[in-house]
Amino acid sequence: MNPKIQTRELSFYYGKVQALNRVSLSINEHQITALIGPSGCGKTTFLRLLNRMNDTIPEVRLSGEVLLDGQNIYQPGVDVVEVRQRVGMVFQQPNPFPKSIYANVAFGPRMLGMNRQLNLDEVVEKSLRAAALWDEVKDNLNKSGAALSGGQQQRLCIARVLAVEPEVILMDEPCSALDPLSTLKIEELMQALKKRYTIVIVTHNMQQAARVSEWTGFFLLGEMLEYRSTQELFTRPQDKRTEDYISGRFG
Amino acid sequence: MLREKFDRYLQGLQDEVLILGSMVEKAIGYAMEALKKRDLALARQVITDDTLINRKRMDIEEKCVELIVTQQPVASDLRIIVAVLNIIIDLERIADHAEGTAKIALMLGDEPPLKPLIDLPRMADRARDMLHRSLDAFIRRDAEAARKICIEDDEVDNLYDQVFRELLTFMAEDPKTITRATRLIWVAHNLERSADRVTNICERVVFTVTGKMEEIGVSKY
Repeated sequence: MNPKIQTRELSFYYGKVQALNRVSLSINEHQITALIGPSGCGKTTFLRLLNRMNDTIPEVRLSGEVLLDGQNIYQPGVDVVEVRQRVGMVFQQPNPFPKSIYANVAFGPRMLGMNRQLNLDEVVEKSLRAAALWDEVKDNLNKSGAALSGGQQQRLCIARVLAVEPEVILMDEPCSALDPLSTLKIEELMQALKKRYTIVIVTHNMQQAARVSEWTGFFLLGEMLEYRSTQELFTRPQDKRTEDYISGRFG
Repeated sequence: MLREKFDRYLQGLQDEVLILGSMVEKAIGYAMEALKKRDLALARQVITDDTLINRKRMDIEEKCVELIVTQQPVASDLRIIVAVLNIIIDLERIADHAEGTAKIALMLGDEPPLKPLIDLPRMADRARDMLHRSLDAFIRRDAEAARKICIEDDEVDNLYDQVFRELLTFMAEDPKTITRATRLIWVAHNLERSADRVTNICERVVFTVTGKMEEIGVSKY
């Protein structure tokens, strides 16, 4: 199995508060890795470090490495825009731009310099198809993205990520604001997408982690306590604290 | 459901398994006693009680399904429930074997006894004792004890061989004994199967503790 992303002894501080403590983890290519743990355990912080989303927060400090295809994305001289193009992100609340559906999807490619209408049309259609949204919106591409349902908005955000042709997709609780049916669609979409992309998902919903992922990491108080195949983690966790958490004894 | 309530349910579920287990132990003992003492009323009792055992098994299965649906159990909780679901099947089948022995006791009721029964009651005692200890190991989560019980199945297999050989000599010497001897072989077979089923229960104990499916002892039969 090829590691797409590896972290080595990754620690992170918000001011004096340590949010992550020496997390070393290897994320396999073309698989779905789920990160679980109680609120405040550091899983979202960890996810955001994988595409340098925490860079803009003042007074933060980081040690350790995040390797994308073996290259440390935090080493000086690395182009952050390129990192975020290669590692896209989908957030908890669907956050379409207040623009048309078309403009939402075309936004990334335009920023990266794609201006020819013909190419853009192609990218928009391809991305919406890949996000399983095309059939529902193809006749209304000029409609505002905000007018879509929550589940459709989230798929639009996924299409927007896909439009810049990333290699990794980070998902931060992508279904927590969605109803079960929309959740199911996103989960099916993830299964289809993993053939081409590597997916890392943070979720509070343990059934979701168990359903969709191949690998699961359990975080507690800034440490990654256990990381193993999802099937093993949910049937025979090795750490008592993992067992207590997943079986609802705390958290 | 709160975690404490879930824990109580899970505990209750295991208590139910013990109750079912003791019903099955009794069935093994009573069936053999009925055969040995030619007590037809007791044999009929075992047959009637089997329906209670079947019902109890269904009840436990329903409770397991309810817990799975409402609690989405994982890790050791899930392993316990999966083990219970499997153990109750084996318990019910052991009871069916006992019922089979009781039916043979009825069939042999009017016939003159072939011989005093010694090894068959011994097999029944062994099977019943193994069963009792396997459920004890389940409750105590004692994988080591469970593994040891599996090894004891060989002794039951040896007793079966012995009974089989002995009954064959009866049949060879006097063809008039064939019907009775064959029926006693069925009894021996029932007991041998019962002990095998106990080894299945032991495998579930190991699974509950370690999370790994292991085939521990492969029976000769």
